[in-house]
Amino acid sequence: MSHDMSEEKLPESHGSAGHHEVAAHGDPFADPGLPAHQPRRTDIDERAAQRAERQVSLMFVVSMLATVGFIASYVAIDPDKIVYIFPLGHVSALNFALGMTLGVALFCIGAGAVHWARTLMSDHEIPAERHPIEADDEVRADVIEQFRTGAAESGFGRRKMIRNTLIGSMALVPLSGVVLLRDLGPLPEDKLEHTGWREATDVKPLQLINMNTNQPMKAEDVIVGSLTFAMPEGLSTHDEDFQQQIAKDALMLVRIAPEDIKDTESREKGFEGILAYSKICTHVGCPISLYEQQTHHALCPCHQSTFDLADGARVIFGPAGHPLPQLKITTDEKGFLVATGDFDEPVGPSYWERAR
Amino acid sequence: MKKLSARRRHPLAALVVLLLALAATGGLYAAFAPADKAQADVAAQSLAIDEGKKLFAVGCSSCHGLNGQGSSDGPSLVGVGSAAVDFQVGTGRMPAQQPGAQVPSKKNIYSQAEIDQLAAFVASLGPGPVIPTEEQYTSTNPEDLSKGGELFRTNCAQCHNFAGQGGALTQGKYAPSLEGVDAKHIYEAMQTGPQNMPSFPDTTMPEEQKKQIVAFVRHTTNDEPNPGGLTLGSLGPVTEGLFGWIFGLGTLIAVAIWVAAHTTKAKKS
Ligand code: FES
Repeated sequence: MSHDMSEEKLPESHGSAGHHEVAAHGDPFADPGLPAHQPRRTDIDERAAQRAERQVSLMFVVSMLATVGFIASYVAIDPDKIVYIFPLGHVSALNFALGMTLGVALFCIGAGAVHWARTLMSDHEIPAERHPIEADDEVRADVIEQFRTGAAESGFGRRKMIRNTLIGSMALVPLSGVVLLRDLGPLPEDKLEHTGWREATDVKPLQLINMNTNQPMKAEDVIVGSLTFAMPEGLSTHDEDFQQQIAKDALMLVRIAPEDIKDTESREKGFEGILAYSKICTHVGCPISLYEQQTHHALCPCHQSTFDLADGARVIFGPAGHPLPQLKITTDEKGFLVATGDFDEPVGPSYWERAR
Repeated sequence: MKKLSARRRHPLAALVVLLLALAATGGLYAAFAPADKAQADVAAQSLAIDEGKKLFAVGCSSCHGLNGQGSSDGPSLVGVGSAAVDFQVGTGRMPAQQPGAQVPSKKNIYSQAEIDQLAAFVASLGPGPVIPTEEQYTSTNPEDLSKGGELFRTNCAQCHNFAGQGGALTQGKYAPSLEGVDAKHIYEAMQTGPQNMPSFPDTTMPEEQKKQIVAFVRHTTNDEPNPGGLTLGSLGPVTEGLFGWIFGLGTLIAVAIWVAAHTTKAKKS
């Protein structure tokens, strides 16, 4: 509570200002106070001060010119113009001009301000005392008294009805915030459970469409060691919801010599070694297709989950929690690869009711 | 005429006449005997196969077996085709410096003629993808660039990065950068799927699309100007963040320290 704590440590109580020997005789821990103030050149030499003033304003003027240059280049330079500038190579003239001028404009304001502060603004050391945070007893007693009087006058404690309705209204207000969460969208319902492949049935199978050629594929088109991406028949890149659909339906097709497939169930879901896996990582849903044809590992670039496609896409490394879903495929009477149903489990990242 | 007859007795006259006669017969033969050309090609081909077999015995047989049948150290080459040989040897990947999943490209020690001979020998072991011709990988249509870009992003970008700068795979393997790679070699890699790269056969990615991809890759990695300057390797947020934190913030901190440390006292000036 003492206000006088720093009083004796202030420089003036150490004797004459500008005296920078430490008075260490009596008290080895005595506060040495501030060192003597040293005048700057600009403080004592009016010509130097004027020069500094001109320098500062010069920088500000350069900044103004650079801004004008920024606007001028914005107007004048053709956005498609490419120029060669030594360490950068072939760059867009417009980008370069805009960056340079804006950079110079901002830099000169900063440099001018720093120069101004260092040479011309007063640099006298000013000690500022630190005060204790709490108010003194008298003020506190007064505030408490006022609060009591206020409470008594409002009759808050006496008029129970007002009190209860107030509490009620305060408790209800946050609900409006909760209601606003609805704007996040309708509930997903079962949209996450199924993909576009659910349209496929035994009677009416869906063809696998090669995403490069937009054509269905025959089994012999897919050779061992190749990688192909496929989407369901009927989905088109021109569809309005294409991106939403492909985010669930995307397949990667690989062909592994049947004797190299370790997981029997997985081998049976495929067709003569052609396996159709979901392309969506089961960690947080990145598209994975860093497929290594010799090891049959597929790597997710996001967090390095690694799946062994020869072993039912088992996770062999990384944060993914479960294997990639595999789509059961076969061929139709014309020999095209088809699916006869949806994935057995939801594709993509962790899902609240997942069987495995 | 006098001059000519005067030199008839010159010691080299016989030689000159002989050379003239040879050239004339050769020229006439070439002009009048095109029917035998196919036969000559076959002969040249079997010569190339023989030469290739010799080169193979020296450079490749210790891993792939004397007849390319494969051994514990290297896979069988029956059916890999000439494109694979042209790619692997032409980029210096083969002969491999050590067996393993990642065979880095290094300085090529064979001439193109020798590579062709080796390729002819390997192609004779079994049918496989053949070395593409120049029209197959050289695109003249400017629209190919954008089509190739789309195909590249679907099929290649996941490993080789969206700007073709390459990227990491599992356990120390990597997809190499495509910068400066020959158009022919890019095409062959798609055809044959070297090492851990999957292949993209014509059945699932038609020739035309491979050509488009090659056009896009060549353009992006070699010709395309870089509008902003300083690509930082086009590796995306990692290099950019590193640069921002270390160089950007580092410079700001250094300037701040400099400003604070340099007071302009009269005694210093
Ligand atoms: S999203 Fe694939 S590892 Fe995280």
